[in-house]
Amino acid sequence: MEKIFKNYGTRIAAIQDNQDVLTYDELFQYAAQLNRSIGKRCLVFQLCSNTVASLIGYVSFHLNEIVPLLLAEKIDKELFQSLIEIYHPQYIWASCRAENKTAGFEKVFELKDYALYKTNLKPYPLNDELALLLTTSGSTGSPKLVRQSYKNIHSNTESIVSYLEITKDELPITTLPMNYTYGLSIINSHLYVGATVLLTDKTLMDKDFWKFFKENSATSFGGVPYTYEMLNRLRFFQMDLPSLRMMTQAGGKLLPELHKKYAEYAKEHNKKFIVMYGQTEATARMAYLPADKSLEKYGSMGIAIPGGNFKLLDTDNQEINESEIAGELVYQGDNVTLGYAECGNDLIKGDERKGILHTGDIAKRDIDGYYYIVGRLKRFLKIFGNRVNLDEAERIIKGQFAVKECACTGRDDKMSIFVVEPNQAQLSEIRNFISAKTKLNISAFEVKEIEQIPKNDSGKILYKDLEDMI
Amino acid sequence: MTTLEMYNGVFTECFQVEAEALNEEFTSENVSEWDSIGHMNLIAMLEETFNIYLESEDIMELNSYENGKTILKKYDISI
Repeated sequence: MEKIFKNYGTRIAAIQDNQDVLTYDELFQYAAQLNRSIGKRCLVFQLCSNTVASLIGYVSFHLNEIVPLLLAEKIDKELFQSLIEIYHPQYIWASCRAENKTAGFEKVFELKDYALYKTNLKPYPLNDELALLLTTSGSTGSPKLVRQSYKNIHSNTESIVSYLEITKDELPITTLPMNYTYGLSIINSHLYVGATVLLTDKTLMDKDFWKFFKENSATSFGGVPYTYEMLNRLRFFQMDLPSLRMMTQAGGKLLPELHKKYAEYAKEHNKKFIVMYGQTEATARMAYLPADKSLEKYGSMGIAIPGGNFKLLDTDNQEINESEIAGELVYQGDNVTLGYAECGNDLIKGDERKGILHTGDIAKRDIDGYYYIVGRLKRFLKIFGNRVNLDEAERIIKGQFAVKECACTGRDDKMSIFVVEPNQAQLSEIRNFISAKTKLNISAFEVKEIEQIPKNDSGKILYKDLEDMI
Repeated sequence: MTTLEMYNGVFTECFQVEAEALNEEFTSENVSEWDSIGHMNLIAMLEETFNIYLESEDIMELNSYENGKTILKKYDISI
């Protein structure tokens, strides 16, 4: 199995915002130490944070062919427990901040603020190719896991390094969680070349973030659409950031006006602004808009990454060869993941996709071959970069509240929940409930009372009509 | 409406709380809805309500109900 991490000796692999500095030598030593407490291929749950210890865990597991499921440190406790019951991890790698979730398990190793806990559960067999498990983000119920292989990770990392021209001199600063595929791909692609990752969980709204940024001369960061909306509000265009060389954007479609604004800023200040397109199901990235086309083609998600291909299919599954005709976007490449897991027995499954991913997005291609997302086949929203399934949201709301009927729709970053005959208290209770379940800020949800849900003759909900009522 | 009522109105709407909850303890650390997205919404609503344009330093400093009042003084809004 080809690994993406190499020991670059005394070069610095990571600097954390508490001043903890980690060389590649130290990273590899710590990784070996941690592995001595495990010593065999197995499944581990990792509660992630942007810290040195979290990074060491992830790197150690990758190097030693231990399969981690990366989860947010702030994951809902019940959800965490149900995942343990479903997948039977042999160990948990978590910080002391998550002690309420690891209580009852035996601590077998400690490193910095993290500890390894042994579960003594009966393991499920793992497929040889399986390298990593990630959740499909923002899920409301028990999430499906995406099964990524060593080949997937290696191929996507190499491709990213090549099209972003990442060198060992880069210092990316974290703005996204490590368990989020886009955040992880930034870490992967920079450690791959021997660069230095600046680790922080502070947000852009925190002045300590910018202090850390400036003290260490960060050269790049990534962001989802709302990151760029936030930066806009933070008077980003007036900030003096001489060390910044590159900004990347993924995790949903940026408003074309904002895309243009950042592209213009980048051009004026001799920086790069690169819009990308990806999914966890494709390891991380599938497309990018080259920096020199950012202004000319603003609003576009770009072209396929090196090693990948796109095609568009019409409703009869026939390939569309003309430009400006919308169809389902289908991607082919070595970074297309093996498939999903929904139970412990799925971990033995092999490659179910054979390199082909139906993205569920509707796109068109312009005459120069650049792609533009125009819609979606599946019923989900991207809220603050997280995928939220609308049917699932309906289901859990109906399960929790005695409302006559409920239908969810919306635009990205805003879900509209229509309910029939609610009582007044329920309107705000539903909003609080869905915000708590998704762990997304309450401002992303609105609950509206409606006399009846529009339906066609066969009783199917007319979501298009609902959208017009937003 | 007094400026205090307007100011409180922004907080109660933005964080979905009752006016009684607004005191010295109401800070970005204590209020779970006051994450980076909540913060962004708060700033947008303050700017709209008081017709002002906050400097980025003030945006980042504004991390509690009480110091928001102090910051708005700079923009000639006395609460």
